[in-house]
Amino acid sequence: MSNTINTDEEIKIGIYVCHCGINIAGVIDTTTLTEYAKTLPNVSLSKEYTFMCSSIGQEMIKEDINKGLINRVVVAACSPRMHEPTFRTVVREAGLNEFLFEQANIREHASWVNLNDSEGALKIAKDHVRMAVAKLNELKPLEVELVKVEPTCLIIGAGIAGMYASLDLAQEGYDVYLVEKEPTIGGHMAQLDKTFPTMDCSACILTPKMVDVEREEKIHLMTYSEVDNVDGYVGNFDVTIKKKPHYIDQEACTGCGACAIECPVICGNEFELSIGTRKAAYIPFPQAIPGKYTIDMIKCIKCGICASPDVCEPDAIRLDQKPEYIDVKVGTIIVATGWDLYDPTELKQYGYGKYPNVITGLEMERLLSSYGPLEGKPVRPSDLKPPHVLGFLQCVGSRDFRPGKNKYCSRVCCMYATKQARQYKEKHPEASVYIFYTDIRAFGKGYEEFYESAGENFNIKFIRGRIGELYENKDHSLIVRAEDTFLQKQIEIKLDMLVLSCGLEPRHDSDQLASLLTIQKSSDGFFMEAHPKLRPVDTLTSGIFIAGVAQGPKDIPDTVAQAKGAASSAATLMAKGEFEIEPYYSIVLEEKCSGCKSCQSLCPFNAISFDVFKNIAVINKALCKGCGTCVAACPSDAIVQNHFSDDQIFAMINTAIPPLAKTENGGK
Amino acid sequence: MAKVKEDYDPYILGICCNWCTYAGADQAGTSRMQRPANLRILRVMCGGRMEPIMVLQALKNGADGVLVSHCHAGDCHYVEGNLKTFRKMPLFIKMLGQFGINPKRVKYTQVSASEGAELTEIVKEFVKELKEIGPNPLKMEE
Repeated sequence: MSNTINTDEEIKIGIYVCHCGINIAGVIDTTTLTEYAKTLPNVSLSKEYTFMCSSIGQEMIKEDINKGLINRVVVAACSPRMHEPTFRTVVREAGLNEFLFEQANIREHASWVNLNDSEGALKIAKDHVRMAVAKLNELKPLEVELVKVEPTCLIIGAGIAGMYASLDLAQEGYDVYLVEKEPTIGGHMAQLDKTFPTMDCSACILTPKMVDVEREEKIHLMTYSEVDNVDGYVGNFDVTIKKKPHYIDQEACTGCGACAIECPVICGNEFELSIGTRKAAYIPFPQAIPGKYTIDMIKCIKCGICASPDVCEPDAIRLDQKPEYIDVKVGTIIVATGWDLYDPTELKQYGYGKYPNVITGLEMERLLSSYGPLEGKPVRPSDLKPPHVLGFLQCVGSRDFRPGKNKYCSRVCCMYATKQARQYKEKHPEASVYIFYTDIRAFGKGYEEFYESAGENFNIKFIRGRIGELYENKDHSLIVRAEDTFLQKQIEIKLDMLVLSCGLEPRHDSDQLASLLTIQKSSDGFFMEAHPKLRPVDTLTSGIFIAGVAQGPKDIPDTVAQAKGAASSAATLMAKGEFEIEPYYSIVLEEKCSGCKSCQSLCPFNAISFDVFKNIAVINKALCKGCGTCVAACPSDAIVQNHFSDDQIFAMINTAIPPLAKTENGGK
Repeated sequence: MAKVKEDYDPYILGICCNWCTYAGADQAGTSRMQRPANLRILRVMCGGRMEPIMVLQALKNGADGVLVSHCHAGDCHYVEGNLKTFRKMPLFIKMLGQFGINPKRVKYTQVSASEGAELTEIVKEFVKELKEIGPNPLKMEE
C-alpha cells in the first residue's frame, strides 16, 4: 500500500496545544510543548490557547485552514473520546476532510495522572504529540458512512422507566417493542405502598400509567418475554424476542380468574416476596397489566382441572404451548431493566433468615401495603402481633468498603426507611420507632423537610450508628447493641422487629444482557453511561440507551426523568433518520489476497465473504464494524483498516520512542 | 551490553483498545489517579487489531516495556475480537525468550472502561518490574 496521501499537495500540519484552563497548563509547560511541536516533520505552525474547544479556539483552527496555512490538524488536549467529534466538525466546516485530524491526549493520560510531576507529564505529552504527528502524516481522507435509522425502538424492562420511555416514544409516533420478563408490567414500583416524600400511593399513580401503556397502539407490549439475541448496529438492530409460554392463550383469556380459583396448587407469590400466596394459575396482583392469567409450569401438577370447559369457558388453556420466537428490526434500544434487592442473608450478624423478626425493607413495604397480604396492618412474623418497638437499620448492603461488597450508596434507603417508620407511627402512634443510620441522605426535593418532620412530628428516633451486635430472646424479640456516635455511648435496645434497609443491586442477569448488547458495566456492576455528566443516558454503543436503576441507584423522580431523557435521545436519532458511522471498515487488497480464507472465520460479524471466481476475500463494508481482527490475522498483509492501517500504526510505533532518550541511554 | 541500571526511567508503550483499556485510562485521568510518568498509549479500536509484530517493533525501537491491554472476555465491543488476541498474545510472550528478549518486557492485561484504578496499579507494578530487569539492551546497542 502506498504511503503517500494527497500527492498533489504538500502536507502542512497545524498543532494546537490546549491549556484546558489549568487542567493541562497547571502541570505541563505548554509553551515548551508548543515550541517542541514546531520541530516535528511537516509542521507548519504550532499555537497554544486556554480552551481550544471554545468558539475562539475553534475559530483559530478554521482561520488557519482558510488562510491555507495548514491542511491537517493536531489538537493536543483532552481524550479524543471527549472532543474528537468537536474538532472533526471544526475541520469539516473549514472545508478539510474531517479525518485529516488527530488528537493527542495530554490531559487524561498526562497532566491529570502526573499532577506533581511536571517534567514527566511534559515528556509524555511530547511523545503523544509526536505520535499524533506521525499518524497524521500517514492519514488519508475518508468519507463518513450514513446508515438509515429504523423508526422503531426496543425497550427492555417495563418498570416505571421502561413505561415512561415507551409512552413518550409512542406519543412521538414511533413504534415501541416493550419487552418484560414478568407476566405483568409495573416493575418494582408496583410493589411499593406509598412513595416519599408526598406519601401518595404508588398504585394510584402507577396503575393508570400501566393502563395507558396497554392501550397505546404504538406500544407492542410483550410480557413474559425475554430478549434472546441482538445483531446488527445502530439504526438496524435485528432482535429476537423469546415469548415464554403462558400455557394460556392470551388472546382468548378473559381474565375471569376461574382457573386460579379451581387450581389446587398453592405456592408463594413472588410479587408478595412469598409473604402471600398464589395458585399455579395466577396473575401476580389484581391490577396486573395485561390482566391475563399465566400457569407456572414448575409448580403445576398437571391435574388438568383448569382445562375443563366447565372451568375455562373461553377454552384458553394450552398446556402444550411452546416458546415463540419473534424477530423484529429496531433502530434504537433502551435498557431499563431495573434492580435486585440486596440479599442480606450473607451478613450473618443481622440474622436475616434465622431470626423470624428480622425482615427486609421491601418485605416491610408489602406488610404496609393496603393491597398487600396483610391489608396494611403490619405484624411481626413470630407471633403476628404489631411490634411495640420497631427498628430500622440503614446501609445494609450499601456503603460497605470490605472487598466484594457494594461500596456505593443506594440513595433510596434513608428515605424509604423514614417513610416506612412514619407510616407505622401513623398506624401505631404508641409504638417506639428507631432508625440506626450512618448518615441521613435526604437529597431530593422535599426530602429534607420530610426527614425533619419525621423526627419532630412523628417522634421517630434517629440514632447515628450501625448495629454492632444482635441477639434473639426466647420470645423472638431482639436485643441490639449499637454505638450512638453523637453521644459516643454504647446503647442497648430491645426491639420487637428489625427492618433491614437493604440497598439496590444490579440485576443478577445483567452480565448476560451486557454481552448480548455489547454495552459496558461500571465497577459497581450497573450499566455504564458514555459520560458520567454529559452523556448520562447514552452507552458507548451507538443507538443503545440506559434508564432507571439499571444505570445506578435512583429514586422514582430521577428514574422517570432519566427515562424521558433516554426516550428523547432515542427519538433524536430516529427523527433524523440517519446516523453517521466512522468509516473504519477494512478493505481487501485484491492483488495481495491469496485466498486462504483465514479472515473469514475470524470475523465476528460475518462481514467477509469469498469470491470464488477471483479467489479472494471480500468485505461487506456495511456489515464490517471496524475491529480490525482480520487485518491482524491476514498472513499476506492483504487487508487494510481505514484510519488504523499498518502504515499509520507503525508510523506511531516508529516515532514513539524519543530519539534523544535513545542516545542518552546509549551513551551511558 | 551496558551494565543494568536500576534508576533509569523505563519507557513503556501501551497498545490499548478504544472501548475498554483506553477508556479505563481516561477514567484514571478523570479520577486523578496518580501513576509514574512512564506510559504512553497508542490507541487501536479493538484487541483483535493488536499484532505481535507491533510489540516486537516497539521493543526493537528501544521501548523498555510494552503493555498490551484490552477488554475482559465477554466485554468486547466487537463481540469477540479480544478472544483472538487471547490466543495470540500468551503464545507470543512465551516465544519472546527464544528471541533473546526478556518476556517480562511485555505485559498482557485486561482492563475494562471502569478499571482506572486497576490500570494505575498495573503501571506501577510494571515500572517496578522494569526497573528490576533494567533498560532494554536493544536501546543501548545503538
